[in-house]
Amino acid sequence: MSAPAASPSVSNRASANLGVTVGVGLREIWAHKFRSMLTMLGIILGVSSLVAMSALVKGIERGAKEALIAIGGLEKIRIEPQEVPVEQRHLADQAKGVTLDDVEAIEAGASHTGIISPELYMRATLTANGRRFRPYNCCGALPVVLEMDEHVIQHGRMFNEIDDEMARNVCVIGTAARDELWGTPEETGEPVIPIGRTVYINHVPFTVIGMFEHYESEQERKERELAAKQPEKQAATGPARSRGRGGGSHFVFRLKNATVIMPLNTMWMKFRTTAEAAAAESDWRGPAGITDSPTGSPRLSSLEVKLSSVDYLADTLQQIRNILMTTHQGIEDFSFRTQEEWAENIDQFVRNARMSGGLIAGIALVVGGIGIMNIMLASISERVREIGIRKSIGATDGDIFLQILVESVVIALIGGVAGLATSFALLGVIGSFSPTENTPVVTAGAMAVAFGFSAVVGVLAGLFPAFKASRLHPIQALRYD
Amino acid sequence: MALVELRNVSKIYHLGGEEIRALDDVTLDIDEGEFISIIGPSGSGKSTLMHILGCLDSPSHGSIRLDGTMIQSANARELAAIRNRKIGFVFQFFNLLPKLNVAQNVELPMVYSGISGRERHQRAMAALEQVGMANRSQHRPSQLSGGQQQRAAIARALVNNPRIIFADEPTGNLDTHTGEAILELFRQLSSEGRTIVLVTHDPEIAAVTPRRIEIRDGKIAEKLDLTLAGLSPRGGRVPHEVHDQEPGA
Repeated sequence: MSAPAASPSVSNRASANLGVTVGVGLREIWAHKFRSMLTMLGIILGVSSLVAMSALVKGIERGAKEALIAIGGLEKIRIEPQEVPVEQRHLADQAKGVTLDDVEAIEAGASHTGIISPELYMRATLTANGRRFRPYNCCGALPVVLEMDEHVIQHGRMFNEIDDEMARNVCVIGTAARDELWGTPEETGEPVIPIGRTVYINHVPFTVIGMFEHYESEQERKERELAAKQPEKQAATGPARSRGRGGGSHFVFRLKNATVIMPLNTMWMKFRTTAEAAAAESDWRGPAGITDSPTGSPRLSSLEVKLSSVDYLADTLQQIRNILMTTHQGIEDFSFRTQEEWAENIDQFVRNARMSGGLIAGIALVVGGIGIMNIMLASISERVREIGIRKSIGATDGDIFLQILVESVVIALIGGVAGLATSFALLGVIGSFSPTENTPVVTAGAMAVAFGFSAVVGVLAGLFPAFKASRLHPIQALRYD
Repeated sequence: MALVELRNVSKIYHLGGEEIRALDDVTLDIDEGEFISIIGPSGSGKSTLMHILGCLDSPSHGSIRLDGTMIQSANARELAAIRNRKIGFVFQFFNLLPKLNVAQNVELPMVYSGISGRERHQRAMAALEQVGMANRSQHRPSQLSGGQQQRAAIARALVNNPRIIFADEPTGNLDTHTGEAILELFRQLSSEGRTIVLVTHDPEIAAVTPRRIEIRDGKIAEKLDLTLAGLSPRGGRVPHEVHDQEPGA
């Protein structure tokens, strides 16, 4: 009477093979097409919003980085004069300001520095052709500024060392100046290249010897192309409405176009003023006129230094600081500005946008999961009898568990795939509403994450219904109507 | 050694503090190849007996040995495997899965024993052949008559080549003529050496089997009272001798 409990050949059989189970799940989903589709909708929305959100943020990030590079990138640091701190106020008359001596000192003393560009700024009004234009930036600099500020000359030439040496009245203008003074090519219908023309800068005649190319963001290029494609629509709406600086980063490019540069020496020679006159003007946010330092060289408005690599940023900042503290005899009349903060702002924004978007998409996925769980619970109570039959002919608790779980996961995965497809449609719709925004960038990583989440949601949503189904007692299940 | 050995099996339910003995100290042997009916009015405990014999339920007391395996000590997984390999069920309401066609329904037990697709199909077709349903293999259960559905269900019970088949009121949902055909099928299977247990409340149906066991109030009745059941030898329905309670102390 003491026979073994169950023969091993019976007890160690594997579960019903997965292929059949998946087939059963698919058939079940197909049998309730509409219900399954509604169930999937939550997952579809969750996955597609996750992917679309990630793509939009990526697009915005790319646009912001594009602007960051346009203004010289992270490698650029700027040394600006500042008021001496309160505790050194008694030394103010000995403060030299940032001067060309500092350029030499940094060149000689700092490692990992590439180009150094000393710059003077002034308020300027350009007059020519009977029109006036106030550039955002009127700058006196050495020819190296071209490389420093990532400028590209499209017409004419850059001023050179001889122009600087001789303090010639020559300037290179951005397209905004051209547009304001001589008209845009679109208005006049022909390319306007004012090389060789005379422009009065603060009433001093200058010859335009070069013009930069037109700088624009990816987004602006698309706007322009769109406008070119729909000329009749443009005409119908009248003059284009200015949208100001808002809307992302393209103001960087507008400012860059509103630039006029001349040789450093020219600006110093032609526009130097007394310290008193400068002080009167110093309510302007920029530097206060062109003044001499006690050493007889101009007080620079800023000194831009490009590093050979961002990796040395902190070290080089400290190095330059040490050098300047020496040359300035310990008077702290200068400060540093880097693009780090901007870069950090971009990263911060991207993180925040990801988090809030991810949260919303995550909630959509959770809601989708609850929908799946709900429908699976409804489905098993409809199928109590089926479960009883399956158990009576030999399905184990595990087989039933797996069957329900697989069904839930299959719903979620189909929803996930549909969601990925929908995300492209969603981006298409967003794109057609605002074709000029930053192009969304769909990454494989985002798709993988979203799809992975849908699978996880499918498993989690299926666990409880599957457990409940697997615990049904076969006799009670068979009696169930 | 008998195929099934029940020793002092009891099944006790507790309903609102009251103890209900659905089965009370039942001892019973079923030999290989027997064709046996369990008869009793509803509530007599015959269904409980069949559930315990069929490994769908476990007894409160006593021991059961099926084909050399002690059932009462087996866990749920082992019971499922025993139901799958050694037992075939035929139900009153056929219990075919409506979403599957006949062949898929018949294949189902083999799915749970991990048999490959091709072999499943061959064996399902062979079983359907045996019950005369091979030409209906692609039909849905809803497209079949009751008798045809029950034949498909019998094919499903046969397909894993079980040691014993339990049929719970297999004709209860069929008209007399169809029911007789189904009983004839069981008789034929019995003559091929299958062990079949027929559970019914109807003495006329029980009369088909050579051996009958009557359950009353959870116990095996001492003597089967044919006159009480209103059964007279008409139409040659009682060709076999009636055994009294065979095994015992």
